[in-house]
Amino acid sequence: MINKYGIPSLLSILDLSVQEIDELVSTAEHIIANPKSYAQRCKGKKLATLFFEPSTRTRLSFEAAMYELGGNVIGFSEANSSSAAKGESVADTAKTISCYADIIAMRHPKEGAPMVAAMNATIPVINAGDGGHNHPTQTLADLLTIKLEKGRFDHLVIGVCGDLKFGRTVHSLIDAMSRYEGVSFVLISPEELKVPDYVRNAMKEKNIPFVETTDLEGAMPTLDILYMTRVQRERFFNEEDYLRLKDSYILTADKLDNAKQNLSVLHPLPRVNEISVAIDDDPRACYFKQVLNGKYMRMALILKLLGV
Amino acid sequence: MNIDSIKNGIVIDHITAGKGMEIHRLLGLGNLDCMVALITSANSEKMGRKDIIKIDAPIELDTDVLGYVDPGVTVSIIRDGETVEKKKMTLPDELEGVVRCRNPRCITSTEQELTHIFKLVNPAKREYRCIYCETKV
Repeated sequence: MINKYGIPSLLSILDLSVQEIDELVSTAEHIIANPKSYAQRCKGKKLATLFFEPSTRTRLSFEAAMYELGGNVIGFSEANSSSAAKGESVADTAKTISCYADIIAMRHPKEGAPMVAAMNATIPVINAGDGGHNHPTQTLADLLTIKLEKGRFDHLVIGVCGDLKFGRTVHSLIDAMSRYEGVSFVLISPEELKVPDYVRNAMKEKNIPFVETTDLEGAMPTLDILYMTRVQRERFFNEEDYLRLKDSYILTADKLDNAKQNLSVLHPLPRVNEISVAIDDDPRACYFKQVLNGKYMRMALILKLLGV
Repeated sequence: MNIDSIKNGIVIDHITAGKGMEIHRLLGLGNLDCMVALITSANSEKMGRKDIIKIDAPIELDTDVLGYVDPGVTVSIIRDGETVEKKKMTLPDELEGVVRCRNPRCITSTEQELTHIFKLVNPAKREYRCIYCETKV
Protein backbone atom coordinates (compact mmCIF):
# COMPACT_ATOMS: atom_id res chain seq x y z
CA MET A 1 0.00 0.00 0.00
CA ILE A 2 1.14 3.53 -0.79
CA ASN A 3 -0.57 6.27 1.23
CA LYS A 4 -1.54 9.85 0.36
CA TYR A 5 1.99 11.02 1.20
CA GLY A 6 3.49 8.50 -1.25
CA ILE A 7 4.87 6.35 1.60
CA PRO A 8 4.94 2.57 1.05
CA SER A 9 3.79 0.17 3.76
CA LEU A 10 3.35 -3.59 4.03
CA LEU A 11 -0.05 -4.56 5.39
CA SER A 12 -0.80 -7.81 3.61
CA ILE A 13 1.39 -10.30 1.79
CA LEU A 14 -0.68 -9.46 -1.30
CA ASP A 15 0.78 -5.93 -1.23
CA LEU A 16 3.87 -7.62 -2.65
CA SER A 17 4.00 -8.93 -6.20
CA VAL A 18 5.58 -12.32 -6.89
CA GLN A 19 8.55 -10.44 -8.31
CA GLU A 20 8.92 -8.33 -5.17
CA ILE A 21 8.79 -11.47 -3.00
CA ASP A 22 11.47 -13.06 -5.18
CA GLU A 23 13.60 -9.93 -4.74
CA LEU A 24 13.15 -10.00 -0.95
CA VAL A 25 14.06 -13.70 -0.86
CA SER A 26 17.16 -12.97 -2.95
CA THR A 27 18.15 -10.11 -0.65
CA ALA A 28 17.66 -12.36 2.40
CA GLU A 29 19.81 -15.08 0.83
CA HIS A 30 22.47 -12.45 0.11
CA ILE A 31 22.31 -11.24 3.73
CA ILE A 32 22.76 -14.83 4.96
CA ALA A 33 25.84 -15.21 2.76
CA ASN A 34 27.30 -11.72 3.42
CA PRO A 35 26.11 -10.46 6.81
CA LYS A 36 29.02 -8.04 7.25
CA SER A 37 28.18 -6.08 4.13
CA TYR A 38 24.79 -5.19 5.65
CA ALA A 39 26.03 -4.32 9.15
CA GLN A 40 25.91 -0.53 8.62
CA ARG A 41 23.16 -0.20 6.02
CA CYS A 42 20.67 1.37 8.45
CA LYS A 43 23.13 3.42 10.46
CA GLY A 44 21.34 6.48 11.84
CA LYS A 45 17.88 5.02 11.18
CA LYS A 46 15.34 4.15 13.88
CA LEU A 47 12.72 1.42 13.92
CA ALA A 48 9.70 1.98 16.20
CA THR A 49 8.18 -1.27 17.42
CA LEU A 50 4.60 -0.48 18.46
CA PHE A 51 3.30 -3.66 20.05
CA PHE A 52 -0.21 -3.23 21.45
CA GLU A 53 -0.35 -6.91 22.41
CA PRO A 54 2.30 -9.30 23.71
CA SER A 55 4.81 -10.89 21.37
CA THR A 56 8.23 -12.33 21.91
CA ARG A 57 9.31 -13.65 18.58
CA THR A 58 8.07 -11.03 16.20
CA ARG A 59 9.12 -8.01 18.24
CA LEU A 60 12.57 -9.37 19.05
CA SER A 61 13.00 -10.50 15.46
CA PHE A 62 12.30 -6.97 14.22
CA GLU A 63 14.63 -5.52 16.83
CA ALA A 64 17.41 -8.01 16.03
CA ALA A 65 16.92 -7.30 12.32
CA MET A 66 17.30 -3.55 12.80
CA TYR A 67 20.34 -3.91 15.09
CA GLU A 68 22.03 -6.22 12.59
CA LEU A 69 21.52 -3.54 9.95
CA GLY A 70 23.27 -1.02 12.21
CA GLY A 71 20.08 0.86 13.13
CA ASN A 72 18.41 1.64 16.44
CA VAL A 73 15.10 0.66 17.99
CA ILE A 74 12.51 2.54 20.07
CA GLY A 75 9.02 1.47 21.05
CA PHE A 76 6.76 -0.28 23.52
CA SER A 77 5.74 -3.87 24.04
CA GLU A 78 2.24 -3.57 25.49
CA ALA A 79 -0.66 -1.15 25.12
CA ASN A 80 -0.62 -0.29 28.83
CA SER A 81 2.76 1.37 28.49
CA SER A 82 1.67 3.58 25.59
CA SER A 83 -0.72 6.51 25.21
CA ALA A 84 -3.30 4.05 23.90
CA ALA A 85 -4.06 3.46 27.58
CA LYS A 86 -5.06 7.14 27.75
CA GLY A 87 -7.33 6.71 24.76
CA GLU A 88 -5.05 7.97 21.98
CA SER A 89 -6.18 6.88 18.53
CA VAL A 90 -4.05 4.73 16.26
CA ALA A 91 -4.00 7.57 13.72
CA ASP A 92 -2.58 10.04 16.26
CA THR A 93 -0.05 7.48 17.51
CA ALA A 94 1.16 6.96 13.93
CA LYS A 95 1.48 10.70 13.29
CA THR A 96 3.40 11.14 16.54
CA ILE A 97 5.79 8.25 15.98
CA SER A 98 6.47 9.55 12.47
CA CYS A 99 8.24 12.48 14.18
CA TYR A 100 10.62 10.17 16.04
CA ALA A 101 11.38 7.17 13.83
CA ASP A 102 12.07 6.18 10.23
CA ILE A 103 9.91 3.05 10.06
CA ILE A 104 7.19 1.43 12.20
CA ALA A 105 6.50 -2.23 12.96
CA MET A 106 3.04 -2.48 14.53
CA ARG A 107 1.18 -5.31 16.20
CA HIS A 108 -2.38 -4.63 17.32
CA PRO A 109 -5.22 -6.87 18.50
CA LYS A 110 -7.73 -5.07 16.26
CA GLU A 111 -7.96 -6.02 12.60
CA GLY A 112 -7.02 -3.17 10.29
CA ALA A 113 -5.20 -1.08 12.92
CA PRO A 114 -1.91 -1.10 10.95
CA MET A 115 -3.84 0.12 7.90
CA VAL A 116 -5.11 3.08 9.90
CA ALA A 117 -1.52 3.74 10.97
CA ALA A 118 -0.25 3.43 7.38
CA MET A 119 -2.90 5.86 6.13
CA ASN A 120 -1.74 8.51 8.60
CA ALA A 121 2.01 7.97 9.02
CA THR A 122 4.67 9.80 7.05
CA ILE A 123 7.03 6.82 7.42
CA PRO A 124 6.55 3.19 6.27
CA VAL A 125 4.44 0.90 8.44
CA ILE A 126 4.93 -2.85 8.61
CA ASN A 127 2.00 -4.92 9.84
CA ALA A 128 3.48 -7.18 12.51
CA GLY A 129 0.11 -8.91 13.05
CA ASP A 130 -3.39 -7.44 13.37
CA GLY A 131 -5.69 -9.74 15.30
CA GLY A 132 -6.69 -12.79 13.28
CA HIS A 133 -6.33 -10.86 10.04
CA ASN A 134 -2.84 -10.57 8.51
CA HIS A 135 0.75 -11.26 9.50
CA PRO A 136 2.77 -10.71 6.34
CA THR A 137 6.27 -10.88 7.83
CA GLN A 138 5.53 -14.33 9.26
CA THR A 139 4.59 -15.34 5.74
CA LEU A 140 7.85 -13.90 4.45
CA ALA A 141 9.65 -16.10 7.00
CA ASP A 142 7.58 -19.08 5.83
CA LEU A 143 8.40 -18.34 2.21
CA LEU A 144 12.15 -18.08 2.75
CA THR A 145 12.01 -21.37 4.68
CA ILE A 146 10.13 -23.07 1.86
CA LYS A 147 12.62 -21.69 -0.68
CA LEU A 148 15.64 -22.80 1.34
CA GLU A 149 14.20 -26.24 2.15
CA LYS A 150 12.56 -27.06 -1.17
CA GLY A 151 14.52 -24.89 -3.59
CA ARG A 152 11.29 -23.73 -5.24
CA PHE A 153 7.81 -22.33 -4.63
CA ASP A 154 5.93 -24.22 -7.34
CA HIS A 155 4.49 -27.75 -7.56
CA LEU A 156 4.13 -28.35 -3.83
CA VAL A 157 1.40 -30.01 -1.77
CA ILE A 158 0.99 -27.89 1.35
CA GLY A 159 -0.91 -29.19 4.36
CA VAL A 160 -2.08 -26.61 6.88
CA CYS A 161 -3.30 -28.00 10.16
CA GLY A 162 -5.01 -26.69 13.29
CA ASP A 163 -6.79 -23.38 13.67
CA LEU A 164 -7.53 -22.36 10.11
CA LYS A 165 -10.32 -20.00 11.14
CA PHE A 166 -8.46 -17.46 13.26
CA GLY A 167 -4.96 -18.44 12.11
CA ARG A 168 -3.81 -15.32 10.27
CA THR A 169 -0.53 -16.94 9.25
CA VAL A 170 -2.49 -19.63 7.43
CA HIS A 171 -4.55 -17.11 5.48
CA SER A 172 -1.46 -15.16 4.44
CA LEU A 173 0.44 -18.33 3.49
CA ILE A 174 -2.46 -19.51 1.32
CA ASP A 175 -2.64 -16.07 -0.32
CA ALA A 176 1.07 -16.06 -1.05
CA MET A 177 1.51 -19.66 -2.22
CA SER A 178 -1.68 -19.61 -4.33
CA ARG A 179 0.18 -17.46 -6.83
CA TYR A 180 2.65 -20.20 -7.77
CA GLU A 181 2.00 -22.86 -10.39
CA GLY A 182 1.06 -26.36 -9.36
CA VAL A 183 0.54 -25.60 -5.66
CA SER A 184 -2.31 -27.40 -3.90
CA PHE A 185 -3.53 -27.31 -0.31
CA VAL A 186 -4.81 -29.85 2.19
CA LEU A 187 -6.74 -27.96 4.88
CA ILE A 188 -6.78 -30.04 8.07
CA SER A 189 -8.90 -28.73 10.96
CA PRO A 190 -11.82 -29.48 13.25
CA GLU A 191 -15.18 -28.46 11.78
CA GLU A 192 -15.37 -25.39 14.03
CA LEU A 193 -12.00 -24.05 12.92
CA LYS A 194 -12.24 -24.41 9.12
CA VAL A 195 -10.99 -21.58 6.92
CA PRO A 196 -13.36 -18.60 6.66
CA ASP A 197 -15.60 -18.35 3.59
CA TYR A 198 -13.62 -15.53 2.06
CA VAL A 199 -10.44 -17.60 2.03
CA ARG A 200 -12.25 -20.66 0.61
CA ASN A 201 -14.06 -18.57 -2.03
CA ALA A 202 -10.85 -16.84 -3.09
CA MET A 203 -9.24 -20.25 -3.65
CA LYS A 204 -12.22 -21.44 -5.68
CA GLU A 205 -12.22 -18.30 -7.81
CA LYS A 206 -8.52 -18.75 -8.58
CA ASN A 207 -9.01 -22.48 -9.30
CA ILE A 208 -6.50 -23.45 -6.63
CA PRO A 209 -6.84 -27.19 -5.87
CA PHE A 210 -7.65 -27.84 -2.22
CA VAL A 211 -9.32 -30.43 -0.02
CA GLU A 212 -10.71 -29.96 3.48
CA THR A 213 -10.37 -32.80 5.97
CA THR A 214 -10.29 -33.54 9.67
CA ASP A 215 -7.84 -36.44 9.20
CA LEU A 216 -4.18 -35.42 9.68
CA GLU A 217 -2.74 -38.94 9.45
CA GLY A 218 -4.70 -39.71 6.30
CA ALA A 219 -3.36 -36.61 4.59
CA MET A 220 0.24 -37.07 5.76
CA PRO A 221 1.71 -39.21 2.90
CA THR A 222 0.70 -36.67 0.24
CA LEU A 223 2.35 -33.65 1.82
CA ASP A 224 5.56 -31.83 0.83
CA ILE A 225 5.05 -29.27 3.58
CA LEU A 226 3.08 -29.55 6.81
CA TYR A 227 2.28 -26.18 8.36
CA MET A 228 1.12 -26.73 11.94
CA THR A 229 -0.64 -23.99 13.92
CA ARG A 230 -1.62 -23.38 17.50
CA VAL A 231 -5.22 -22.99 18.61
CA GLN A 232 -4.97 -19.46 20.01
CA ARG A 233 -6.69 -18.81 23.33
CA GLU A 234 -6.73 -15.05 22.70
CA ARG A 235 -8.93 -15.41 19.60
CA PHE A 236 -11.82 -17.03 21.49
CA PHE A 237 -14.57 -15.11 23.22
CA ASN A 238 -15.60 -18.32 24.97
CA GLU A 239 -13.09 -20.22 27.13
CA GLU A 240 -15.11 -23.45 26.87
CA ASP A 241 -14.75 -23.50 23.09
CA TYR A 242 -11.01 -22.99 23.42
CA LEU A 243 -10.60 -25.84 25.90
CA ARG A 244 -12.66 -28.17 23.74
CA LEU A 245 -10.63 -27.47 20.59
CA LYS A 246 -7.10 -26.79 21.79
CA ASP A 247 -5.82 -30.37 21.58
CA SER A 248 -7.46 -31.26 18.28
CA TYR A 249 -4.15 -32.05 16.57
CA ILE A 250 -0.89 -33.07 18.20
CA LEU A 251 1.95 -34.02 15.89
CA THR A 252 3.91 -36.90 17.39
CA ALA A 253 6.81 -38.93 16.01
CA ASP A 254 4.59 -41.91 15.11
CA LYS A 255 2.38 -39.68 12.96
CA LEU A 256 5.42 -38.87 10.83
CA ASP A 257 6.00 -42.58 10.07
CA ASN A 258 4.00 -42.45 6.86
CA ALA A 259 5.19 -38.96 5.85
CA LYS A 260 7.59 -38.28 3.00
CA GLN A 261 11.28 -38.37 3.97
CA ASN A 262 11.70 -34.86 2.60
CA LEU A 263 8.62 -33.42 4.30
CA SER A 264 9.20 -30.01 5.87
CA VAL A 265 7.31 -29.34 9.10
CA LEU A 266 6.74 -25.62 9.68
CA HIS A 267 5.07 -23.80 12.57
CA PRO A 268 4.83 -20.05 13.13
CA LEU A 269 5.47 -20.61 16.87
CA PRO A 270 4.92 -20.33 19.76
CA ARG A 271 3.74 -23.90 20.09
CA VAL A 272 1.88 -25.14 23.12
CA ASN A 273 1.65 -28.88 22.67
CA GLU A 274 0.64 -29.33 19.04
CA ILE A 275 4.14 -30.53 18.07
CA SER A 276 5.84 -33.01 20.36
CA VAL A 277 9.32 -31.88 21.40
CA ALA A 278 10.50 -35.35 20.35
CA ILE A 279 10.18 -34.17 16.76
CA ASP A 280 12.53 -31.21 17.23
CA ASP A 281 15.59 -33.29 16.33
CA ASP A 282 13.94 -34.86 13.27
CA PRO A 283 15.58 -33.38 10.15
CA ARG A 284 12.09 -32.64 8.83
CA ALA A 285 11.44 -30.16 11.65
CA CYS A 286 12.05 -26.68 10.22
CA TYR A 287 10.28 -24.42 12.71
CA PHE A 288 13.35 -23.07 14.47
CA LYS A 289 15.05 -22.43 11.12
CA GLN A 290 11.87 -20.53 10.28
CA VAL A 291 12.48 -18.20 13.26
CA LEU A 292 15.96 -17.38 12.00
CA ASN A 293 14.71 -16.93 8.45
CA GLY A 294 12.13 -14.48 9.78
CA LYS A 295 14.90 -12.18 10.95
CA TYR A 296 16.61 -12.24 7.55
CA MET A 297 13.38 -11.50 5.72
CA ARG A 298 12.59 -8.62 8.09
CA MET A 299 16.06 -7.24 7.38
CA ALA A 300 15.37 -7.46 3.65
CA LEU A 301 11.97 -5.81 4.11
CA ILE A 302 13.32 -2.93 6.21
CA LEU A 303 15.95 -2.27 3.53
CA LYS A 304 13.30 -2.29 0.81
CA LEU A 305 10.85 0.02 2.60
CA LEU A 306 13.57 2.45 3.67
CA GLY A 307 15.05 2.38 0.18
CA VAL A 308 18.59 1.95 1.48
CA MET B 1 -54.60 8.16 -4.80
CA ASN B 2 -52.94 11.30 -6.15
CA ILE B 3 -49.74 12.95 -5.03
CA ASP B 4 -49.19 16.41 -6.51
CA SER B 5 -46.40 16.82 -9.05
CA ILE B 6 -43.39 18.72 -7.82
CA LYS B 7 -42.03 21.90 -9.43
CA ASN B 8 -38.43 21.82 -8.27
CA GLY B 9 -37.00 18.71 -6.68
CA ILE B 10 -36.21 15.07 -7.17
CA VAL B 11 -38.19 11.91 -7.92
CA ILE B 12 -36.66 8.56 -7.06
CA ASP B 13 -38.62 6.08 -9.13
CA HIS B 14 -38.52 2.32 -9.76
CA ILE B 15 -37.58 1.54 -6.18
CA THR B 16 -37.96 -2.17 -5.52
CA ALA B 17 -41.22 -2.58 -3.57
CA GLY B 18 -40.43 -2.62 0.15
CA LYS B 19 -37.12 -0.74 -0.09
CA GLY B 20 -38.59 2.77 -0.01
CA MET B 21 -38.51 3.04 3.78
CA GLU B 22 -34.87 1.90 3.96
CA ILE B 23 -33.83 4.44 1.32
CA HIS B 24 -35.83 7.15 3.13
CA ARG B 25 -33.96 6.32 6.34
CA LEU B 26 -30.46 5.99 4.83
CA LEU B 27 -30.79 9.28 2.91
CA GLY B 28 -31.95 11.01 6.09
CA LEU B 29 -35.04 12.35 4.32
CA GLY B 30 -36.90 12.58 7.62
CA ASN B 31 -34.57 15.41 8.62
CA LEU B 32 -35.40 17.65 5.65
CA ASP B 33 -37.65 20.66 6.17
CA CYS B 34 -39.30 20.28 2.77
CA MET B 35 -42.18 18.03 1.76
CA VAL B 36 -41.20 14.41 1.09
CA ALA B 37 -43.66 11.82 -0.20
CA LEU B 38 -42.96 8.12 0.16
CA ILE B 39 -45.30 6.05 -1.92
CA THR B 40 -45.21 2.30 -1.34
CA SER B 41 -46.61 -0.51 -3.47
CA ALA B 42 -47.46 1.72 -6.41
CA ASN B 43 -48.62 -0.01 -9.59
CA SER B 44 -45.88 -0.48 -12.17
CA GLU B 45 -46.14 -1.97 -15.64
CA LYS B 46 -42.52 -3.12 -15.57
CA MET B 47 -42.15 -4.10 -11.94
CA GLY B 48 -45.66 -5.03 -10.86
CA ARG B 49 -45.22 -3.08 -7.63
CA LYS B 50 -42.72 -0.38 -6.82
CA ASP B 51 -41.98 2.36 -4.30
CA ILE B 52 -41.48 6.03 -5.23
CA ILE B 53 -40.02 8.94 -3.29
CA LYS B 54 -40.72 12.55 -4.21
CA ILE B 55 -38.67 15.33 -2.63
CA ASP B 56 -39.99 18.85 -3.01
CA ALA B 57 -36.58 20.57 -2.98
CA PRO B 58 -33.42 20.39 -5.15
CA ILE B 59 -31.22 18.65 -2.57
CA GLU B 60 -27.90 16.83 -3.09
CA LEU B 61 -28.55 13.09 -3.04
CA ASP B 62 -26.05 10.47 -1.89
CA THR B 63 -26.14 8.36 -5.02
CA ASP B 64 -23.76 5.81 -3.42
CA VAL B 65 -26.53 4.91 -0.99
CA LEU B 66 -29.05 4.48 -3.80
CA GLY B 67 -26.64 2.49 -5.96
CA TYR B 68 -25.86 0.19 -3.05
CA VAL B 69 -29.37 -0.36 -1.70
CA ASP B 70 -31.24 -0.52 -4.99
CA PRO B 71 -29.15 -0.06 -8.15
CA GLY B 72 -32.23 -0.27 -10.42
CA VAL B 73 -33.74 3.03 -9.30
CA THR B 74 -34.13 6.07 -11.54
CA VAL B 75 -33.46 9.55 -10.21
CA SER B 76 -35.21 12.39 -12.05
CA ILE B 77 -34.26 16.01 -11.47
CA ILE B 78 -37.27 18.28 -11.82
CA ARG B 79 -36.90 21.98 -12.57
CA ASP B 80 -39.86 24.32 -13.21
CA GLY B 81 -42.10 21.28 -13.46
CA GLU B 82 -39.98 19.66 -16.22
CA THR B 83 -37.69 16.64 -16.00
CA VAL B 84 -34.28 18.05 -16.90
CA GLU B 85 -32.16 15.01 -16.07
CA LYS B 86 -32.67 11.26 -15.53
CA LYS B 87 -29.99 9.23 -13.84
CA LYS B 88 -29.60 5.47 -13.63
CA MET B 89 -27.71 4.22 -10.62
CA THR B 90 -24.76 1.84 -10.66
CA LEU B 91 -23.08 -0.09 -7.85
CA PRO B 92 -20.61 2.33 -6.23
CA ASP B 93 -16.97 1.22 -6.03
CA GLU B 94 -16.79 2.39 -2.45
CA LEU B 95 -19.27 2.96 0.39
CA GLU B 96 -18.17 5.63 2.82
CA GLY B 97 -20.19 6.08 5.99
CA VAL B 98 -23.18 4.19 4.57
CA VAL B 99 -23.00 0.92 6.48
CA ARG B 100 -21.11 -0.06 9.61
CA CYS B 101 -18.66 -2.92 10.01
CA ARG B 102 -20.13 -5.45 12.41
CA ASN B 103 -16.90 -7.35 13.11
CA PRO B 104 -16.18 -6.84 16.83
CA ARG B 105 -12.48 -7.42 16.11
CA CYS B 106 -12.30 -4.61 13.52
CA ILE B 107 -10.45 -1.43 14.46
CA THR B 108 -13.62 0.53 13.63
CA SER B 109 -15.29 -1.12 16.65
CA THR B 110 -13.05 0.80 19.06
CA GLU B 111 -11.98 3.92 17.15
CA GLN B 112 -15.20 5.89 16.99
CA GLU B 113 -13.79 8.65 14.73
CA LEU B 114 -12.96 6.25 11.89
CA THR B 115 -15.23 6.37 8.86
CA HIS B 116 -16.58 2.94 7.97
CA ILE B 117 -15.47 2.30 4.38
CA PHE B 118 -16.34 -0.71 2.25
CA LYS B 119 -14.92 -1.59 -1.17
CA LEU B 120 -16.79 -3.42 -3.93
CA VAL B 121 -14.83 -6.65 -4.40
CA ASN B 122 -17.27 -8.68 -6.48
CA PRO B 123 -19.76 -6.72 -8.61
CA ALA B 124 -21.54 -9.89 -9.80
CA LYS B 125 -22.37 -10.85 -6.21
CA ARG B 126 -22.69 -7.21 -5.04
CA GLU B 127 -20.12 -8.08 -2.42
CA TYR B 128 -18.54 -5.33 -0.34
CA ARG B 129 -15.76 -5.78 2.21
CA CYS B 130 -14.51 -3.53 4.98
CA ILE B 131 -11.23 -1.94 3.89
CA TYR B 132 -9.78 -2.50 7.37
CA CYS B 133 -10.68 -6.08 8.30
CA GLU B 134 -12.13 -7.42 4.98
CA THR B 135 -15.35 -8.53 6.63
CA LYS B 136 -18.38 -8.65 4.33
CA VAL B 137 -21.19 -6.10 4.77
